[in-house]
Amino acid sequence: MTDLIKHNASELVEMLATKQVSSVEVTQAHLDRIAEVNPTINSFLHVTGEEALKVASDVDKRRAAGEQLPLLAGLPIAVKDNLTTTDAPTTAGSKILEGWIPQYDATVVKLLRAQGMPILGKTNLDEFAMGSSTEFSAYGPSRNPWDIERIPGGSGGGSSSAVASFSAPLAIGSDTGGSIRFPAAVTGTVGHKPTYGAVSRYGLIALASSLDQIGPVSRSVLDAALLQDVIAGHDPHDSTSLPESLGSMADAARNPSLKGKRIGVIKQLSGAGFQPGVQARFDESIELLAKAGAEIVEVDCPSFEYAIAAYYLILPAEASSNLAKFDSVRFGLRVTPDGNPTIERVMAATREAGFGPEVKRRIILGTYALSSGYYDAYYGSAQKVRTLIQRDLAKAFELADVLVSPTAPTTAFKFGEKIDDPLAMYLNDIATIPANLAGIPGMAIPNGLAEEDGLPSGIQLLAPARADARLYEVAAALESLHENVWGKRMMQFAPELKVGA
Amino acid sequence: MAKAELMNYEQALEQFEVVIGLEVHVELNTNTKMFCGCRNDFGDEPNTNVCPICIGLPGSLPAVNRKAVESSIAIGLALGCSIAPTGRFSRKNYFYPDLAKNFQTSQYDEPIAFEGTIDIEIPSGNVFTVAIERAHMEEDAGKLTHVGGNTGRIHGAEYSLVDYNRAGVPLVEIVTKPIIGAKHEAPELAAAYVRSIREIVKALGVSEARMERGNVRCDANVSLRRHGAEKLGTRTETKNVNSLRSIERAVRYEIQRQAHILAAGGSITQETRHWHEDRGMTSSGRPKSDADDYRYFPEPDLVPVQPSAELIEKIRASLPENPSDRRKRLQAEWAFADLEFRDVVNAGLLDQIEETVLAGAKPQAARKWWTGEVARLANADDKDVSELSVSPADIAQLASLVESGKINDRIGREVLAAVLAGEGTPEQIVAERGLEVVSDDGALLAAIDDALATQPHVIDAIREGRMQAAGAVIGAVMKAMKGQADAARVRELLIQRASE
Repeated sequence: MTDLIKHNASELVEMLATKQVSSVEVTQAHLDRIAEVNPTINSFLHVTGEEALKVASDVDKRRAAGEQLPLLAGLPIAVKDNLTTTDAPTTAGSKILEGWIPQYDATVVKLLRAQGMPILGKTNLDEFAMGSSTEFSAYGPSRNPWDIERIPGGSGGGSSSAVASFSAPLAIGSDTGGSIRFPAAVTGTVGHKPTYGAVSRYGLIALASSLDQIGPVSRSVLDAALLQDVIAGHDPHDSTSLPESLGSMADAARNPSLKGKRIGVIKQLSGAGFQPGVQARFDESIELLAKAGAEIVEVDCPSFEYAIAAYYLILPAEASSNLAKFDSVRFGLRVTPDGNPTIERVMAATREAGFGPEVKRRIILGTYALSSGYYDAYYGSAQKVRTLIQRDLAKAFELADVLVSPTAPTTAFKFGEKIDDPLAMYLNDIATIPANLAGIPGMAIPNGLAEEDGLPSGIQLLAPARADARLYEVAAALESLHENVWGKRMMQFAPELKVGA
Repeated sequence: MAKAELMNYEQALEQFEVVIGLEVHVELNTNTKMFCGCRNDFGDEPNTNVCPICIGLPGSLPAVNRKAVESSIAIGLALGCSIAPTGRFSRKNYFYPDLAKNFQTSQYDEPIAFEGTIDIEIPSGNVFTVAIERAHMEEDAGKLTHVGGNTGRIHGAEYSLVDYNRAGVPLVEIVTKPIIGAKHEAPELAAAYVRSIREIVKALGVSEARMERGNVRCDANVSLRRHGAEKLGTRTETKNVNSLRSIERAVRYEIQRQAHILAAGGSITQETRHWHEDRGMTSSGRPKSDADDYRYFPEPDLVPVQPSAELIEKIRASLPENPSDRRKRLQAEWAFADLEFRDVVNAGLLDQIEETVLAGAKPQAARKWWTGEVARLANADDKDVSELSVSPADIAQLASLVESGKINDRIGREVLAAVLAGEGTPEQIVAERGLEVVSDDGALLAAIDDALATQPHVIDAIREGRMQAAGAVIGAVMKAMKGQADAARVRELLIQRASE
């Protein structure tokens, strides 16, 4: 492993700009790393080395010619495989899309290309982003670089393990109930779910349209900010995208600030159910923040109790409709049963063979929740809970500028531990789901190791809608407090990844 | 598929009260589709006007066509509806291969326009006020062609082809409230209603409004109940009725069919039915119940449509004259008798006559030409008047030539035929063929004298007051003048001669 890949994105950007290193060198170093570790950790479903090197070499030429380049030009990146790319298959982790090469690039992918960022490949995920472990990927799970017997979080375990294994300096994730933040927590990385609408969803294979949001995955708060500045902005193709700019996240991350900030500890997200080591690290961070001048308050969000229940009605309802298009007629898998079958039977056989168990579970749940006679009791009630959660948060934000909690109740669990217990699996997202239901930004940053297993734990910061910059200010401050206490970066605690036979 | 047993129409109306409800789909003529930038032109080579959005590729998202919203508001306002200040789209979920996303993006509980009324005049002259429940926006599905089998239906077909050019074409669906009280005129009212909707959307310029092309499509709901009953009867929804004549026939057929079943103690199955124009009957489609579960829910990929009050008022101010107001105005301006005017309306000649009058013709002359000779020639050719190559300007010129006495009616008809044959304008034809009537009294007198020379007794007969004898001389003069004489003038000159 060359030292090049150990650098944070912001450092590589500087080295590229000052020509200490070429994009081809940086890109090749990461491709080499992928070749070395991907057979073990399975972060990437598809590696686009040739295309990435072409972009890198083009950027190098333009830089050599003295051309003014975008800030992140030449910096390689990994993209979650639920964003469409015209030069690589896009599977969303499902058999039903095996080998599908989209006819168009997602808006975010277009922005990355316009920035001159070489795309290293497409990262693994639970099928259609339904899951917390990547165990529901049709292409096998990704592994946690901290302990390959453990899950890298999900659904974005491909992106988190790619960044945590130094296979990519940055990655794109998507977060419907925690799919960026939970993987960040269990791999010691940074993940940010922006305000709903801050980043265009055009080209993101929808799970639940009203909850999905694309965001950055990185190894530092500043790196995440640099990436968010590239991908954020209004897109006429996504009418739910915000018309206004939220400002520069990089500026916010470069100006850490805690002075006078009121930090609200969410009463409902601590104590029972939270692993002791996770809770202990969280309590220590609160003390650090207080010592650094922040005001600590406790806030009450009583409706959070119903968040998971509401989420698991709204999400499946929307997903059952979003996934109806996978019917074999226009793209993807087609399974034709014997005996001159009708189109109905072809659709049914295709969906039976192409969808995995968790996808089927949620389609059935959602179809039921939207059914005539049940709509009000299920989907209707869930939308009411959503409103209550928004009200809880609005009240909490009157008392605090930023809300905090552990990102997840536990550290990374072992493969197979929760696969047969959907309810236990769903509980991983207890702290992350409210942000999606309310459309507010949420950031997960590393919060030290839990002593009982030596694995990373995370802390989540929430801000009101459109106040993403505030999260970057506070998170950057906490990150620097941590590094002062630890004497190094979180990822420097990680054991050397053992690969091969 | 046998024709069902029918009850005599008059008998059916004696026993039952007819309730109809009409759903009209209007296809908007926007440049692009409802939710994407594809050309709204589904007659092109199949699957050429498609993109990731209208074929529902994974990851694609809809964006609302602003022009389609404005057109929908215009339709709503023209139907006297209120316009919703905010309205969400919903998803109507069902699997069908012509539906790219397997859900239709439509408006469900929040239509853009609601609660309007429209006055419908039917051929008898009776006027009914039809209450509009709602007008909402939605997207069309693709077009399926079933290959193999002999029904053209999906059942029995070997395979089916899908053309997604039509997928995502913007539609406005206009739904009436139940229409009660039209009695035996319900079929005529249904047809007249659809005709009015066509006229309105055409006048608004928001649709090509051609039924034969499916720009305007009607589903007719029909139910019967015993006189005095409060509860509505079970309805059927007849689809595929795509001409005004078919609508009238289909409603009449359903009344007679249902009456027969109910009178025999049977019950009506709630279902969709198909209209077969060739056999003049409906056949059972699929059962349809109110519990059809489309799992509607608000479309999360779209923000609500929120037309500003300014926009609504701007559209209201730019609305063209309502067709029924226009009819009232024109009848008054032209001073047509009710019967004359109704003939014009029923023949669909309002536009032509208005333009002819604007081109300088007198209203009665314009009416006579269009409903008379032009209509007769069209009929003889089995064509619609609009298909003939004669313009209102031509007719105005023709009428003026006759009015000024330059040609007579008979020559006028000859000139019209020449116009249709593409020989030029009436004035050109009259000049080229030398058809102008002989108005030179000297020439006419010479011809009269020639005729009297061979029939000298006529003079005496006239002097004795036996005017019928004049006919022979007038006829001879007209013949000598090759018809290009004013017969009335010839008669005057002849009488003058006799009195000399």
